[in-house]
Amino acid sequence: MKFVDEFREPELIRKTADEIRRLADPKRHYRLMEVCGGHTHAIYRFGLKDVLPENIELIHGPGCPVCVLPMGRIDDGLAIAAQDDVIFAAFGDMMRVPGTTGSPLEHKARGMDVRIVYSPMDALKLAQANPGRQVLFFAIGFETTAPSTALTLMRARALGVRNFSVFCNHVTIVPAIRAILDSPDMRLDGFIGPGHVSTVIGCRPYEWIARNEGRPIVVSGFEPVDILQSIVMLLGQLQKHEARVENQYTRVVRWEGNAAALKAMAETFELRPYFEWRGMGFISQSALRVRDSYAQWDAERRFAVPGIRVTDPKAAQCGEVLKGVLKPAQCKLFGRECTPEHPVGALMVSSEGSCAAYYNYEHRKSVVMTDLGAPA
Amino acid sequence: MATLTTFAAAKMRFKDLQIEMAHGAGGKASRRLVEGLIAPILLESPDALGDAAHVAFGDTRLAITADCFVVRPLRFPGGSIGELAVNGTVNDLAVSGARAEALVTTFVLEAGLRREVLEAELRAMSAAASRAGVRIVGGDTKVVEHGDADGMYISTTGIGRLLADVVIDVRSVKPGDQVLLSGPVGDHGITILLARGDLDLEADLRSDTRSVLPLVEGLVAAAGRGVRWMRDPTRGGVATTLNELARDGGCGVVINEDDVPVHDGVRGACELLGLDPLHIANEGQLVAVVAPECAAEALRAVRAVPGGEHACVIGEVRAQPRGTVLAMTRYGASRVLDMLVGDPLPRIC
Repeated sequence: MKFVDEFREPELIRKTADEIRRLADPKRHYRLMEVCGGHTHAIYRFGLKDVLPENIELIHGPGCPVCVLPMGRIDDGLAIAAQDDVIFAAFGDMMRVPGTTGSPLEHKARGMDVRIVYSPMDALKLAQANPGRQVLFFAIGFETTAPSTALTLMRARALGVRNFSVFCNHVTIVPAIRAILDSPDMRLDGFIGPGHVSTVIGCRPYEWIARNEGRPIVVSGFEPVDILQSIVMLLGQLQKHEARVENQYTRVVRWEGNAAALKAMAETFELRPYFEWRGMGFISQSALRVRDSYAQWDAERRFAVPGIRVTDPKAAQCGEVLKGVLKPAQCKLFGRECTPEHPVGALMVSSEGSCAAYYNYEHRKSVVMTDLGAPA
Repeated sequence: MATLTTFAAAKMRFKDLQIEMAHGAGGKASRRLVEGLIAPILLESPDALGDAAHVAFGDTRLAITADCFVVRPLRFPGGSIGELAVNGTVNDLAVSGARAEALVTTFVLEAGLRREVLEAELRAMSAAASRAGVRIVGGDTKVVEHGDADGMYISTTGIGRLLADVVIDVRSVKPGDQVLLSGPVGDHGITILLARGDLDLEADLRSDTRSVLPLVEGLVAAAGRGVRWMRDPTRGGVATTLNELARDGGCGVVINEDDVPVHDGVRGACELLGLDPLHIANEGQLVAVVAPECAAEALRAVRAVPGGEHACVIGEVRAQPRGTVLAMTRYGASRVLDMLVGDPLPRIC
């Protein structure tokens, strides 16, 4: 724990915040996107907006795996799980995400066999422990979690476990960033790059942003000092009119990424020609599917998948919030029909979703910031 | 479990179509269920959610409460379901300003439960009762088919005598009052989570289950009527307790996050799992609101009680932000601290 504490040191946080103030041109308004939901969570959790100058605006990006998953995919997964003898296994993050007829947790309350697992390996163990039943692992996540699904597929094949399959919803981050930059209503000055994803893919895939779009990107850690330091690095580049990829998270992220993880992914997955993202529509080559050589463990081939397409509730503006066009509180449903307890969209569910983070840590604060100050 | 007395804040409505695990988590959904469905139908004056009800018979006033326990696993480092069942009810009475005098207990047993498992829990209850100075005077036993319960469930009902010189009333809470916490948070919840063995995590942690009556008595002896309100922050953790204070008291609560003691093992597990220690259940801690002029003396008194050594003042009551809890960090940032939503750790007590 001491390792983390260094990056929460108040003195260091104050110093870094001072440096941001020194670097930021007061005549200019900066719009910086934190791509990753983990950053969004940390920014609200640690109240970092309170220590930033007003002309630095943080825009929340699409890097929240359950948020970008279209409702139809959840319905598809639950439709498979509704068959006899199927156990539906997923990360805890997925459990409260609403499908058309309720979340996995609501289905569980009605009798579906839904299990929370902390790793895909746990789902495989579940299959070994229940040889008479089918275990469906509902795989979600960016390149962060895809390698562990890949290794589990390889393990399933090595062990010859036949009652295990993966319903693959893994997506890739770079096409999503590209889609955001293509969107005409978006003006961004730079990116706080995803930390966990970059441990796998490294920093090289972002170089096109710097080169072709002229936007700096700094791969960042998740502690308060990490995020503030990344903002310092972005401002430093912007001041000098540079646009490069930099790595703030050097204690974890290597420039080349993790070769073993990439190899496991290449062994088991291939790119889908296109995939639907919630609110952002179809993005080409933005998601992974299970390779033919692992077809036996691919739930989409083992089971009949209805292929449900559902549009989001009309009033919900998840797409605009995901792209950073709207702030969470600007959505018509925010805090009224849509709350963490009764989420309409997935952004209100996941701890990495910007709506949930905003609701939990920020909502109401703006209304009442009058006589604040630390208690005596 | 919370029993029901009186309060005035806007009622929560219960619109859910079925019961889900979150309704038992002690957070927002639990409160909505009790306030929006159970209390309006069952209670004569469905007013406040206190930890125990105070009832008058002529000149005699008694405190009464009930609590039931469905924890899995039955035994865990630092305690077991039997010990929880005694301490939980003793504590609900204690924080309402009463000393538990007698308990009755109900067992729901699953066919196939091993005799030695039951016997161990009975002995744990007996030992916990004598430590807490309360008698167990009766009870009932039911058995259900194998598979219809998870080993055993225990419910206890307690009756207690009101302590002299203290009135616990959330409406007496005033701006400037200090919020006192008796010790490190989250030990119970994280201990249970790790004891289930679903996670390949290990930490040197024990449940904090114990009677908080000695802490309450120390506090009351030192601060008397300066003690305005108390709670034992069980399911939903300190954050949920403080939100109930802010809501029921119509006040704001501002805490210094760094002043909240948390064991390294709890902090580490929470970091890994994305949980907030302030939302994790405790079974032997006390949150008290005391008048500012009594705070120093109250803190000294609680620290003098064995087990209260790490007590501290974590924050204070403000007029604003009404109904809201804010956590401040050392570098001047703040965040809203909400009640527990959902159920990260089911069946914790």
